[in-house]
Amino acid sequence: MTVTDQTLREVALTREEYDKIVALLGREPSPVELGMFGAMWSEHCGYKHSRPLLRMFPTEGERVLQGPGENAGVIDIGDGLGAAFKIESHNHPSAIEPYQGAATGVGGIVRDIFTMGARPVALLNSLRFGPLTSARNRYLLSGVVGGIGGYGNCLGIPTVAGDIYFADSYSSNPLVNAMAVGIVRHDMITRARASGPGNLVVLVGADTGRDGIHGATFASVDNPEESHRGVVQVGNPFLEKLLLEACLELLETDYVVAMQDLGAAGLTSSIVESASRGGVGIEIDVAHVSRREEGMNAYEIMLSESQERMLVIVREDGLDAVREIFERWDLNSDVIGKVTEDGNVRVLEHGTVVADVPATYFTDECPTYVRPSVEDPAVAELRAFDPDILPDLNPDQFGDTLLTLLGSWNICSREPVVRTYDHTIMSNTVLPPLDGDAAVVRIKGTNRALAMKTDCNPRYVYLDPYVGGQHVVAETARNVACTGAKPAALTNCLNFGNPERPPVYYQLEQAIRGMAEAARALETPVISGNVSLYNETDGVPVLPTPTVGMVGLIDDVERHVGMAARRGDELILIGPRSATLGASEYLSMVHDRVAGAPPGIDLQVERTVQEAVIELVAGGLISAAHDTSEGGLAVAIAEMLIAGDTGAELDLSPLSEANGGRLDRMLFGEAASRVIVAVEPARRDRVQQKLDDRGVEHLLLGRCSGDSLRVNGLPEVPIEAMSAAWRTGLVLD
Amino acid sequence: MKFGVVTFPGSNGDHDALSAIELGLREEVAPIWHKERSVDGFDALIIPGGFSYGDYLRGGAIARFSPIMDAVAEFAAAGKPVLGMCNGFQILTEAGLLPGALLRNQSLRFSCKWVNVRVETDRTPFTQAIDPGTVLRLPIAHGEGRYFVDPETLEQLKARDQIVFRYTDAHGVETDEANPNGSLDNIAGVCNEAGNVVGLMPHPERAYDALLGGDDGLKILGSVLRQHARQVA
Repeated sequence: MTVTDQTLREVALTREEYDKIVALLGREPSPVELGMFGAMWSEHCGYKHSRPLLRMFPTEGERVLQGPGENAGVIDIGDGLGAAFKIESHNHPSAIEPYQGAATGVGGIVRDIFTMGARPVALLNSLRFGPLTSARNRYLLSGVVGGIGGYGNCLGIPTVAGDIYFADSYSSNPLVNAMAVGIVRHDMITRARASGPGNLVVLVGADTGRDGIHGATFASVDNPEESHRGVVQVGNPFLEKLLLEACLELLETDYVVAMQDLGAAGLTSSIVESASRGGVGIEIDVAHVSRREEGMNAYEIMLSESQERMLVIVREDGLDAVREIFERWDLNSDVIGKVTEDGNVRVLEHGTVVADVPATYFTDECPTYVRPSVEDPAVAELRAFDPDILPDLNPDQFGDTLLTLLGSWNICSREPVVRTYDHTIMSNTVLPPLDGDAAVVRIKGTNRALAMKTDCNPRYVYLDPYVGGQHVVAETARNVACTGAKPAALTNCLNFGNPERPPVYYQLEQAIRGMAEAARALETPVISGNVSLYNETDGVPVLPTPTVGMVGLIDDVERHVGMAARRGDELILIGPRSATLGASEYLSMVHDRVAGAPPGIDLQVERTVQEAVIELVAGGLISAAHDTSEGGLAVAIAEMLIAGDTGAELDLSPLSEANGGRLDRMLFGEAASRVIVAVEPARRDRVQQKLDDRGVEHLLLGRCSGDSLRVNGLPEVPIEAMSAAWRTGLVLD
Repeated sequence: MKFGVVTFPGSNGDHDALSAIELGLREEVAPIWHKERSVDGFDALIIPGGFSYGDYLRGGAIARFSPIMDAVAEFAAAGKPVLGMCNGFQILTEAGLLPGALLRNQSLRFSCKWVNVRVETDRTPFTQAIDPGTVLRLPIAHGEGRYFVDPETLEQLKARDQIVFRYTDAHGVETDEANPNGSLDNIAGVCNEAGNVVGLMPHPERAYDALLGGDDGLKILGSVLRQHARQVA
């Protein structure tokens, strides 16, 4: 039998990959086996292009209890507890059906967390869309936000933080990355490693339908809309809530050997991965799988991506107890097979073998590719652009420019979106969304809290993937540090275009290199992650978007700060004085240019600044902290004033020289490692002393007073106008 | 005093209600599974928020058929205190234990934020320790919270002092801006004719600690203790 090109296209395998399968098996694969290989060797499951690069990430640290390779990573947070977290993409489904695509993205990441034995306590999401001038993009935003809220609110897990960014390249390919954080007792950490031949394989939750067949392969090709309609699944958050409660209850018993959710590539991947990780085999008969449609064959059952399903490996003597728990929660459970000794994944259909392959063939033997890596010369040229050749900002235009930036899509308030997410459920949210640079969530039963944030400035990564990659890690860590938390570990979601094209592979490689270096310098190991490639439309890739989700620790929950400056407070800039217009939001908004080199970053300075801020918060010395990012110093100050409903009188002239005497660079230029803190005047000396002790650069900018922002003789800008511009920038259709 | 918190499939405010009473009020509390048929031994019942049965069909529409609801109705008929928050309020209206209905928010979107509500009456066990006119700050988080009754019933509610909470600004003034969901007459919560069954859309059980942004919820949850103390004495 010779396989046709058409068949290979359907399973997204190359001829060479097919030949490798034949060589491994010593025979042609059966149709079911071929479908399983297609799914497991897809980029989504097999990380074909990213695996060699991912080895650059630091994954170890004294807090790391579980690094990459499981459903989620886990760090030690003290008191015998761990924080399990992971971020994952659901880009391709969301491009086609935004509500369900985003909803099932949340569902998938939540399952990853409770599969580890952790109770999910917080959700975050990182979203990228095209400009809202297009009705399609407004529809995508509205749908995605609706789906995230619809699923998360129903589950009763607070959505506490995230980030949204707009750029042309996301128009047909929005990015939807969902992150979940859970809390687990050390002794409850559960892994997805099957063991103990004879143990039973139980499938729980939703019945299996034809939805989502080939979802994993679909996520690994260009233009999914064109090639794979109808693969988007529909979420049922109510069922997931039952699964969540039942599974956590189940883990309190001694009967569970392993747990694995069914996500991409459905039953195939969950069985293969549990067997492969555990070094055992698994034999199932698809006849035992409850279905929601008639006439489904083994191929369809093995590749269905129906949502809200879990695979649980249980000891035989515990089956009755396990079933009782599921019945209590009105959940269906099927014993579909057992763990075997031979290491093979064997699939039967009414007793007839339809697939029989060593589990490791699907995982360890998955081919990996190192592709040619060449920077796009056009990007190098853009980077070489010197923004200082542009005319400087006319002082009279200061107010209008500030208002334009405050109202721009990438800077303005996310309140209309945030309001649709429940952030108060679970009564742990100590620093809610909008109030600070990161969310702070307390850990009940302890005095501790976690701070968390997602972020990525894709423009920096586009113009310089290596430096941009460093920024992503540094900025998320800085966000977390601004609340007073010590950044502890990160998860990431690498959203890129087609890696088979050298410029995209270059972006991927360099961004990972930069991220890895920053993660090392800041001692925030990578404990989990996800890769989403082929994000492009008509050959145009999205801006490279390696989103990071950072989690930090606060030892004393009372000691945290938000970003609101208070009337009477003084503002101090911590960090370097020099900024650049390269890759800035100002350059894009005012001069309509995405060009120039992003700000440089000294990771040692970054670390020192973050440590200084953490120390100031822990000592109760400052009342607010906010990092400067898109829009630079003026926007960061404005945001602190809007939040605190106060004006300020500031002298920025000491910054002029370091910015070449340019007003635009000083006010709106961007830089790494900068944090503005608000301090009561009585504490100013102590704060400055602490900063001097650490050798951190700092500058007193002025004092919060009145109802307008007054900077060095520039026209004053009323807080009311700034607030109005900032609050009305984003409208949900 | 012992509180019971009913858990339906899809309830998600049950944990907060348990925490609020245990950590905030420091009173005895236990969960009650919806498949049970008795509420013996409890002095007050809480029907928590969430998405019982996924809110499929309509918020609270399926939960009212849960086995426990007969016992809840008997408990209410005996004049004992029952408090429904958010989805719990919806369930109580669906079960006919409270008048009116909760429609989709005027914005057609879920809304999560802190609001101000004014206490309108102290005749209920959950407001008896609060002076009428007091403004409480509480979070809301719902998509179907727009209170509605027909005009005759509204007049009746007013005449019988059944309106327990109204959305107002921080100074206790009813305004359209202060009404987060388009509720009729800014109504945030009502009681039954006897006054012992109270439902409201805001979440007192999420406002039991200043760290969380406020602890006004304890005034409502704690109010019932006074009645209990009186009865026991």
